[in-house]
Amino acid sequence: MAVTWENIKVGDTLPEIKKTPGVTQLVKYAAGGGDFNPMHHDYNFFQSKAIGSIIVHGRFKWSSLGELVSNWLGHQGRIKKVSCQYRGMDFPDKQMTVKGAVEKKWEENGEKLVEINVWTENDQGKPTTPGKVVVAFK
Amino acid sequence: MAEKIEIKDEWKALIGKESPPWKYEFTTTSIRAFARGVGYTDPVYFDVEAAKKAGYRNLPAPPCYLGTAVFIPGKSDDTFSGPTEGAIDFFQFGLINVLDGGTEIEYFDTICAGDTLTAVRKLANLEVRESKALGQMLIISSETQYTNDAGKPVMIERAQAILY
Repeated sequence: MAVTWENIKVGDTLPEIKKTPGVTQLVKYAAGGGDFNPMHHDYNFFQSKAIGSIIVHGRFKWSSLGELVSNWLGHQGRIKKVSCQYRGMDFPDKQMTVKGAVEKKWEENGEKLVEINVWTENDQGKPTTPGKVVVAFK
Repeated sequence: MAEKIEIKDEWKALIGKESPPWKYEFTTTSIRAFARGVGYTDPVYFDVEAAKKAGYRNLPAPPCYLGTAVFIPGKSDDTFSGPTEGAIDFFQFGLINVLDGGTEIEYFDTICAGDTLTAVRKLANLEVRESKALGQMLIISSETQYTNDAGKPVMIERAQAILY
């Protein structure tokens, strides 16, 4: 069943996404997004060595927050804003869970809006990428 | 680890200065590449027929896909793929480590394959913060405005980079 603005309640949770990006997935993301910073694919890069590993692109996590909301929305509206902060590093081959919960629902200038708190959690259950998404329904 | 970072006047002078415009393309191929990179399985981002059934004129840009900068060797950054002219040169601040601090995109319209947007970037703010793990950090905030061929703003990206 497609989600509708009328049926949404504050506190509703979005179907979560679990993903375990390995180096190959990060390489695909680099190709798609254009960020070839070696700290996301090259273990010999000085910053990767200092950290002890390559790390998942922050913007891979940001984009996954967008994916979470896009999957839930099913093109029944328009995503107006996606924001997040990178509070913790995530490492390849570790499972991350992308989650969201409806924070606010309101009408403004004739638009039916919803604000969603979104975040990624690492395999220890620690949120590393808190953010917000604003959606306008059709 | 940086001992103490002081924001110099010549750095402050960079705030608000706009980069020359640069083109960012959205194509069916670039949208599929991005959607694969994130891990999407929604056919609307891959199959033009599915996109049209969902009400789009072509494959829509997935959220957080900001287009692919036109790449020209010698004019484009080999690592981050954006234009070098007018880009914020992180290394002028004397710090070698860069991390992403945060990102926000605000959309004013739907973007689909076939669209080309023109981006103008500016340094919005410089701030020193202290982190337990990294010591003193320089937070560089930038703002990039993307407009369509009619000159209408389509999206604004606000980003923070962390240097340490």
